[in-house]
Amino acid sequence: MQSKETERTTIKRVLRYISKYSFLVILSLLLAVVTVVTTLYTPILTGRAIDEIVGKGAVNFANLFAILKKIAVLILITGTAQWLMNICNNRITFRVVKDVRTKAFFHLENLPLRYIDSHPYGDVVSRVIADIDQFSDGLLMGFTQFFSGILTILGTLIFMFSINAKIALVVVIITPVSLVVASYIAKKTYTMFQKQSQTRGELTGLINEMVENQTVVQAFGYEDEAISRFETINEELAGHSLKAIFFSSLTNPCTRFVNSLVYAGVCLFGAIAVVNGHLTVGILSSFLSYANQYTKPFNEISGVVTELQNALACAARVFELIDEEPLSKEPLNATVLMDAEGSVEMDHVAFSYVPEQNLITDFNLKVKPGQRIAIVGPTGCGKSTVINLLMRFYDVDDGCVRVDGTDIRDMTRRSLRENYGMVLQETWLKAGTIRENIAYGYPDATDEEIIKAAKAAHAHSFIERMSDGYDTVITEEGGNLSQGQKQLLCIARVMLKLPPMLILDEATSSIDTRTEIRIQKAFAKMMEGRTSFIVAHRLSTIKEADRILVMKAGNIIEQGTHEELLAQGGFYAELYNSQYINTATAG
Amino acid sequence: MNMFSYLKAYKKESILGPLFKLLEASIDLIVPLVVAAIIDVGVANNDRGYIFRMGGLMIALGVIGLALAAIAQYFAAKAATGYATAVRLDLFRKINQLSYNELDRIGTSTLITRITSDINQVQSGLNLGLRLLLRSPFIVFGSMIMAFHVNRAAAMIFVVVIPALAIVVYGVMFITMPYYKKIQQKLDLVTLKVRENLVGVRVIRAFNRQEEEKKQFDEASTDLVRTQVFAGRISGIMNPLTYVIINAGLIAVVWIGGKEVDTGIISQGEVIALVNYMSQILVELVKLANLIVSISKAMACAGRIRGILETKTSIKREAIPVPEPVDESVKVAFEQVSFTYGKAKKESLLGIDFRAKPGQTIGVIGGTGSGKSSLVNLIPRFYDVTSGAVLVDGVNVKDYPLDALRAKVGIVPQRAVLFAGTIRENMQWGKKDATDEEIQEALATAQAKEFVDQMEDGLDTKILQGGKNLSGGQRQRLTIARALVRKPEILILDDSASALDFATDARLRLALRDMAKNLNDKMTVFLVSQRASTIRDADQILVLDDGALVGVGTHKELLKSCEVYREICLSQLTKEEVERDAK
Repeated sequence: MQSKETERTTIKRVLRYISKYSFLVILSLLLAVVTVVTTLYTPILTGRAIDEIVGKGAVNFANLFAILKKIAVLILITGTAQWLMNICNNRITFRVVKDVRTKAFFHLENLPLRYIDSHPYGDVVSRVIADIDQFSDGLLMGFTQFFSGILTILGTLIFMFSINAKIALVVVIITPVSLVVASYIAKKTYTMFQKQSQTRGELTGLINEMVENQTVVQAFGYEDEAISRFETINEELAGHSLKAIFFSSLTNPCTRFVNSLVYAGVCLFGAIAVVNGHLTVGILSSFLSYANQYTKPFNEISGVVTELQNALACAARVFELIDEEPLSKEPLNATVLMDAEGSVEMDHVAFSYVPEQNLITDFNLKVKPGQRIAIVGPTGCGKSTVINLLMRFYDVDDGCVRVDGTDIRDMTRRSLRENYGMVLQETWLKAGTIRENIAYGYPDATDEEIIKAAKAAHAHSFIERMSDGYDTVITEEGGNLSQGQKQLLCIARVMLKLPPMLILDEATSSIDTRTEIRIQKAFAKMMEGRTSFIVAHRLSTIKEADRILVMKAGNIIEQGTHEELLAQGGFYAELYNSQYINTATAG
Repeated sequence: MNMFSYLKAYKKESILGPLFKLLEASIDLIVPLVVAAIIDVGVANNDRGYIFRMGGLMIALGVIGLALAAIAQYFAAKAATGYATAVRLDLFRKINQLSYNELDRIGTSTLITRITSDINQVQSGLNLGLRLLLRSPFIVFGSMIMAFHVNRAAAMIFVVVIPALAIVVYGVMFITMPYYKKIQQKLDLVTLKVRENLVGVRVIRAFNRQEEEKKQFDEASTDLVRTQVFAGRISGIMNPLTYVIINAGLIAVVWIGGKEVDTGIISQGEVIALVNYMSQILVELVKLANLIVSISKAMACAGRIRGILETKTSIKREAIPVPEPVDESVKVAFEQVSFTYGKAKKESLLGIDFRAKPGQTIGVIGGTGSGKSSLVNLIPRFYDVTSGAVLVDGVNVKDYPLDALRAKVGIVPQRAVLFAGTIRENMQWGKKDATDEEIQEALATAQAKEFVDQMEDGLDTKILQGGKNLSGGQRQRLTIARALVRKPEILILDDSASALDFATDARLRLALRDMAKNLNDKMTVFLVSQRASTIRDADQILVLDDGALVGVGTHKELLKSCEVYREICLSQLTKEEVERDAK
């Protein structure tokens, strides 16, 4: 994929992970040597055995029995060694994979949100899951086949040359032909496979779009058109697939053909050598076994090499993730924020997600303990960014954010976040029971506390109506709940243990307004004496805030109470009045 | 339905493929006999000419084998790809016929897996099957028969060894199969953990739960490894054990062969042939085991595909004549309509009864889950009513051909979906032959003209898949324009202005009203919303609560008569406004 250099460092790193199991690795290698030697010795013994059975009345049963006994011992040794080797390899591979995966995941927990927000989830998941799986397959194959394959080739060569150099030469000269043929076919079919996967990608794209939005397709009567578009690409795919599959499937017959040439060559030259008295029939039969054994690892190794390369590429992708710069270390003398009073200050804060695009340039805000601050403004004005900075999901580029007079970079992230309670628009729930989800931030909560929180969030009644009440299992991302119900659970999660400061980012956007009114009351109680930040686009929900910040393009353009802002007749007044444009036009 | 029926079109290929493969296999079986002949005749008689002739024969056999194999591969590839192509097309057709009910039940993500990776699995399984399914048993049993041909006593060893090998190979497979299923499940769990930690990263960090998450991941991943190592240990037994069995057989063959040679029944070369046959079996058995794994995978996939193909469509597109309107004074009427989703226990709509006149704007309001969307989805017959009837122009919607009914309706779904292609192409979904003028007009009404005009390529601007290059509000306005292009008789906006700010929303409604007026009351509009301000000017407002219609009337009437409606309004408007409106 990349340069040889990265490949080499990747190999080094993989070896470092493996070195933890060096005892198993050495054991496995020793066992491989044992297996190969015994496997190679068996055909020689078989050949000798055959030499003991020359013809009618010319069979030496005593010698034959002794040789066969030797063979029996050898195969028992081989079998046992092979089995132990398999166990070792298995263990090494899966342990290494687990180590790498755990390392990757732990690193993930320590990555800044900047990384997580800017990389598609699918990409990260495929690195931690699919890539590591690929890597493990490659590693296992490499262990089981690569090393023993090379040993077999070397061993066979030594055995063959020590018996008869001429015939050995025949084998050595013809065998590489199969490699040449295989790589020739691979090269030729590469473009065919590329075309196939390109067309397949196109088809998958169409399928994704049309099937995922099938309801829209049907609503607009687009079915026939979709089918005819599908048919065109499908036909094209059929053509490309046929070519790719057919030509690539020639590899096997071709290499087998080369093998049969080797076999015929050995047979021919061997038989002549026997006639000339240079060889016995039994040795010829061992040679024939070798000819088979020798070509097999060649075919296997060419497969293993591509697999290994693939595994290395995958490993490199995983390492790339592990190498991502983690969160900045907390200073050693970082303070622990205990029960914050709740004064928050943003002092000349500048921040942007992308360096070239200024978002917040000079943001100033002073909040006294217990104040309720509402933030409004059009989409993309930076409302959620302010929240990101308050929670220190992102660090400011310039200026600083202080809580109780201390720069939040000088306190532990943990203690800062412990002082905030947060409800977001995206209603994330864990796969697990409702009870576990409500108690997420406070796993030791008693049942009474959980039910109390659920009641406060107006979630109790719908939870009770579910099949298993509080023990109902929520599927991944809350699939079996409505958006509104999910939001209620998120609210209950915060209600369970209220920290000194609150952040509500569109916390009620999916809840119908009648329920919302009821929750507002709970919120009002919750916010009493707590510094709160409320982001909302329904203006009715924020009228009671102590101060409303109106943001546009990353900066505060107006601030004040609801009445003050209306009196100002600025942007806020315009936004607010636009809700009632009908009243105005209808008279 | 039989999944093999798709092979009928490739009958020739699916017979010839395996046939040529068998011919090739027969050659593999002949080779050991040639070797035996070289030794017994050529070497024994010092006949170099014979040895060269036989060597030449072996090479010739190799060439023929290559040719036969190539032909077999071609037929197999042709049948497999042809089969997959046909199944894929049929499956896609089927998906386009499924009604909303089936789509809800099955879920689109499964459908996508089935039409992509499942079919690929079937294709490669079939390809492999056509090539090897007959060949491997043929070689195994062929070797045994050839052994009998050489010597009866030695062949009896084959009769013992083959079943023993079969028991080991399939026994191990049988034992490990459930473990591999378990491994897949455990891997899914690990995947879930990773995804959760990405999607929920803010909550996890806000609640400082990283350490617990790490612990849980470690548990899941340790559990996975444990199962993997265990399954690996069992399947790791297979190779050594088969090796031992085959070689034990070999020892027996040599011993018994030796006895037979001693009594002059067979020759030394024939012993070598027997040894060769024994080795061939080992190679083929391993191939066969791999083959069975991939074929059983393919069968499972084929079963899943069949499941979809056999799904009955509850609402079919049938070629029935378009009925004449019966009563044009009522555009849409619901008569005691009740509706239940799939196998849900509770009705989503119960006894709904109302009439919408041509040109009217109907507001539909209610809390989340009150049945608003369900109600409008019944008009274009996305779902069938459980009882009662929905009439359009006085005719039951079930009596229309689906295409004709849906052509009357322009719908703007909640989720603003656009398709890859230009803006123009997306607009033409509404009307195939829409001119640029018609499109511009629709864009203007939908409040989308301004931003489309600002785009460099105007109507030719490319929309990426899923409309990723547009904001939520822009997407929503384009989906509204798409529905307007066809100037539908019935326009349905299903809470489809939620991403618009209040000012744009209000302008949109004014423009819609103008459009309806210009169309001489030919357009009846259904406005579904949670916002009271959106529907307050409608000619008729339907108030839904928990699936029941609890109020019908104008804003003013309902404020007086409908408690639920008043509560909704009070939650969104100021008290003074509500009181003023009620007067």
